[in-house]
Amino acid sequence: MNPAWTARLLLAQRATAIVLAFAVAIHLATIIYAVRLGLNAGEILGRTRGNALFLAFYSVFVIAASIHAPIGLRNIFREWANWRGYSLELAMIALSLVLLALGLRAAFAVYGA
Amino acid sequence: MQSDTLELDIWRGDRDGQFQAFTLPLRESQTILDAVTEIQRTQDASLAYRFACRVGMCGSCAMIVDGIPRWTCRTRVVDVQRKGKRLKLEPLRNLPIVKDLAVEMRVFFDKWRDAKGYFEPGDTPPADFAVVAPSSRERRAADVAIECINCGICYSACDVVSWDDEYLGPAALNRSWTLVNDVRDQGQKSRLEAVAADAGCHSCHSHMSCTEFCPKALSPTQSIAGLKRETMRAALRGEV
Repeated sequence: MNPAWTARLLLAQRATAIVLAFAVAIHLATIIYAVRLGLNAGEILGRTRGNALFLAFYSVFVIAASIHAPIGLRNIFREWANWRGYSLELAMIALSLVLLALGLRAAFAVYGA
Repeated sequence: MQSDTLELDIWRGDRDGQFQAFTLPLRESQTILDAVTEIQRTQDASLAYRFACRVGMCGSCAMIVDGIPRWTCRTRVVDVQRKGKRLKLEPLRNLPIVKDLAVEMRVFFDKWRDAKGYFEPGDTPPADFAVVAPSSRERRAADVAIECINCGICYSACDVVSWDDEYLGPAALNRSWTLVNDVRDQGQKSRLEAVAADAGCHSCHSHMSCTEFCPKALSPTQSIAGLKRETMRAALRGEV
C-alpha cells in the first residue's frame, strides 16, 4: 500500500479511537443503567423503538468500529502472520463491510422493533 | 573463578556456531574490547570482531554482553561482570553474522538510505548560507537526536525489527527525524512518504529498547514519535 494511504489509515484509526472511547463508555453506562432495576428485553425495546437519538448514536458507534477494527487487525496480521499484499487489503475491506452490515442491521432492528 | 582472572564465553562461527571458552588476566580498567583484543593477540588470532576508534566515536565495536547490547570500547569489565560469573559475548542481534562477533551491517545502512536519512540539497543551490538560529524549535529538535554513531545497538535491541525485517528501525528513523527538522533540506515530501509507509515510523510499538540501550543516551523513540506527528500532519494537509 502506498505511504499516503498508510498515513490516512492511521489517521482514520486514531480519529475513530476518539469516537469509540466515548461511544464504548456511553454504551456500557447505558447497559448498567438500563438493567439495574431488572428491565427485561421487551421493556428495553419499548424504550428504544422509534428513538432517533438511539439510532444515531449506535450508527456512529458501528461506523467507527467498522473502520477502526480492520485497520488494527491489518497491523496484527502484518506483524504476526506476515500476511501482506492485496489479499490482506481485500480481506480487511470485507471485514469492514461485514461489521458495518451486521452492526447497522442490529441498530435498525432495535430502532424499528 | 579466581579474582585475578576473567572467564569469557565468546560466540564463534556464523549463525550455526557455538560458544568457546577463554580465560585471561583481569586487568585494571579493562574494557570488553580490551579483553577481546587480548584474546585475539595472545590466544586465537582467528577471532573476528570489529573496532576502529576505541574511544566511543565510531560505533564499530558493539556486541551483546551478557544479553545486553553495548559499545564494548566504553564498557569496563568490572562494571558489567556479575560476581563470580563468566561473561558471555555474542554478535549483535537482528543482523546476519559474518563470523564470530562481526555482523553484516549492509541492511542496517540500506535502511538509512530507504528512510531518506541523507541531506537532500535540491536542484538549485541557495544563493547564500542558510541562517539557522540555535534556539529555533527545529534546530533544538535536531540537536537532541544528532549524536548517533551508527553502532547498531538500537537496531539489535528492537523487538519490531526482530519480527518485521522490513521495518526501517530506530537508527534510520532517528536520522530521518533530524533531517525533517533541517530547514535547508529540499526532500521532505519523499522523506515523509518513506517513513509513513508500512515499514516506517507507525510500526513502532514504543517498547523503548532503543532508548534504554543507546550508548549516546539518545531517544529514537522520541524521534519516531516526532515522525508520527509530522506524517499525520502531512496526511491531514494532503502533502503525502
